[in-house]
Amino acid sequence: MTVELEIPYNVHARPETGLYNAKLGVWLFLASEVMLFGALFSSLILIRTSAEHWPRGWEEGLNIPLATLNTFILIASSVTVVLAWANFRLGNVKRGRLLLLATLACGFGFMIIKTIEYYAKFTAVPPHLPSTSNFFALYFTMTGLHGLHVLGGMILFAYLSGPGFKMWEKEPERYVNRIEVVGLYWHFVDLVWIFLFPTLYLL
Amino acid sequence: MTVTTDTLHDVRFIEPAGTRNYLNVDYGIFSWLLTRDHKRIGILYMISITVMFFIGGFFAMMMRIELLTPEGDLLTSDTYNKFFTLHGIVMIFFFLIPSIPAVLGNFILPIMLGAKDLAFPKINLLSWYLYIIGAVFGLYVIVAGGVDTGWTFYTPFSTQYSNTHVFATTLGAFITGFSSILTGLNFIVTIHRMRAPGLTWFRLPLMVWALYATSIVMLLATPVLAITLVLLMIERVLHVGIFDPALGGDPLLYQHLFWFYSHPAVYIMILPAMGVASEVIAAFTRKKIFGYKFVAFSSLAIAFLGFLVWAHHMFVAGISIYSAMIFSFLSYFVAVPSAIKVFNWTATLYRGSVALLTPMLYILGFIGLFTVGGLTGLFLAALGLNVHVTDTYFIVAHFHYIMVGGAVMAYMAGIHYWWPKITGRMYPEWWARVAAGLIFVGFNLTFFPQFILGYLGMPRRYHAYAPEFQVLNVMSTAGASVLGVGYLLPLIYLLWSLRFGRKAGPNPWGAVGLEWTTSSPPPKDNFRETPTVTWEAYDYVGMMKAMGETQDV
Repeated sequence: MTVELEIPYNVHARPETGLYNAKLGVWLFLASEVMLFGALFSSLILIRTSAEHWPRGWEEGLNIPLATLNTFILIASSVTVVLAWANFRLGNVKRGRLLLLATLACGFGFMIIKTIEYYAKFTAVPPHLPSTSNFFALYFTMTGLHGLHVLGGMILFAYLSGPGFKMWEKEPERYVNRIEVVGLYWHFVDLVWIFLFPTLYLL
Repeated sequence: MTVTTDTLHDVRFIEPAGTRNYLNVDYGIFSWLLTRDHKRIGILYMISITVMFFIGGFFAMMMRIELLTPEGDLLTSDTYNKFFTLHGIVMIFFFLIPSIPAVLGNFILPIMLGAKDLAFPKINLLSWYLYIIGAVFGLYVIVAGGVDTGWTFYTPFSTQYSNTHVFATTLGAFITGFSSILTGLNFIVTIHRMRAPGLTWFRLPLMVWALYATSIVMLLATPVLAITLVLLMIERVLHVGIFDPALGGDPLLYQHLFWFYSHPAVYIMILPAMGVASEVIAAFTRKKIFGYKFVAFSSLAIAFLGFLVWAHHMFVAGISIYSAMIFSFLSYFVAVPSAIKVFNWTATLYRGSVALLTPMLYILGFIGLFTVGGLTGLFLAALGLNVHVTDTYFIVAHFHYIMVGGAVMAYMAGIHYWWPKITGRMYPEWWARVAAGLIFVGFNLTFFPQFILGYLGMPRRYHAYAPEFQVLNVMSTAGASVLGVGYLLPLIYLLWSLRFGRKAGPNPWGAVGLEWTTSSPPPKDNFRETPTVTWEAYDYVGMMKAMGETQDV
């Protein structure tokens, strides 16, 4: 195999902007993601405003307490991932790894609660399926896509705390960068939920 | 160490004879399939999109043969529906969108920047694989029986009524979309990060500005298509009511979402073509592009305005007359930066030392055809006329003038212009001029009659038509045959030149630009040492002075 090329600002930030390549890349990726979710939110607004009657989330049996709990879990995970990054930067490897696992656990928690919510919808009498109504079509699409993003983040965290951790010994700085970049993505996923929760459950 | 203009052709940049270049540095199928070299990935794209181009061309040819006679005699209406759909899908998603950015952009962008590669070489390879996975879905659909929705996948036909392979097709387009997004992301980071020392933004070749603008559109518009296709697939499989009015959905919503991507997608196809035009015109007139900054910023303006005009595809779809007026008004605005470019190119030709070599012939064709396509676009932006010609051949002719007359002509120009750099060999000039002439004549003969047909009221997407349209249709089919020959010729002589072409030096055109300072084909790392740029883009006068040369370079 060929030798790895030297690419400028691959690890170290460019001084005048403070960004290394991957960080710039992830911000651009998130801009793309904003358009992805933006299109969904726009669809929701358009369908909702043109509907004669649009049900409120609680009327349709959405579980507000559970979703509130989920909101807090995700916010907590955003905190733990920042702390993990800070600890790795300071060289506190043990605590850093622990916090990384805590973030992963939060992701798990969120997904378990989401599964409970979904399960309740599917087993309700009559069942609430995507085809039941426009409301549920959008509810399942939006939370489903968000759930896939959470799952993606969990895979990344699992990789970083598992096989990807090997990088820490050889290139600690790059490893810390990876945590930061995945962390940025994770904050975005949280932010989407912060918008989804009121839009679907409360408003 | 600094390298200034007077060392532009310094031997330090040129590999000594016998040194390995990117093509022969290693061999074997895996050295290609697992490569992270942007040049090799560009070639992988070139091969794949060429295959797709001829597949798409086959469908076009079959349609034109069917339209020789007014009766539907060669293809049944169902087959015809599938053929125009597949022609559109293959040509747009699998040929035009990756054409200039992914082939020429991939190859030339890092070299133009004086860089060794793109910022994310692995992601670049991933883009190609995503493209291939998408294309495999496309090919599967072709083999399995086709799809008949039109490339626009309009609901409710695509979600409820079509019995063809809508799901696989949309999945293919969805996956290919991510290839586009990642390429755009990669290009933007590369342009921000990897410019050689001294290569400031306003010293960049205009191709780079064009690719930058294209990348923004790819990055921000493609995800909207992705989610639209996801909603379509969900609706088709789960029978939900997002687009279905019977369930409270809105079919117009589909059109809004679809065109929010697909109008900017037109600019994904034409903006890089404009970049190629700027490069070729500068090289073959020996001049700076007139109004460099205007041309550079007009690319960004087109990218921005391109996001604000999508509903001009929907004037007859039942949108409110007020929003139609606004979209009509905004559509006229896009003409302004496009016209700035055309005027600046023609102003560059004025008193230039114009060399009518093949790339320049293509670009002169490009300017003319793009202008016709752009001006008929203004017809279409007018609400009243739009209603008259919607869904007629006038539309077909208009967008082929932009996409084939514009984008494909420029792609051909770019392929010829950079062919010596890519392969180290010259193509046969005489044959190339013949092909360029055939393509220009064939193109106009194919599509100009379609303007008239459309204006007279011949609807698009039917395999049979009223007998009075036959003469013009025969002309169009005859033109398509000439065009077909014109496209086959380069395939033959370019392949021939790989082995028998005259060896090209590092700079066969005497052009300025970093790509012409390195060997042809370039070494694996593009440059022996990182160049430092001290000259403006296309600074022929400065370069000639610096090199102490008075004769033609």
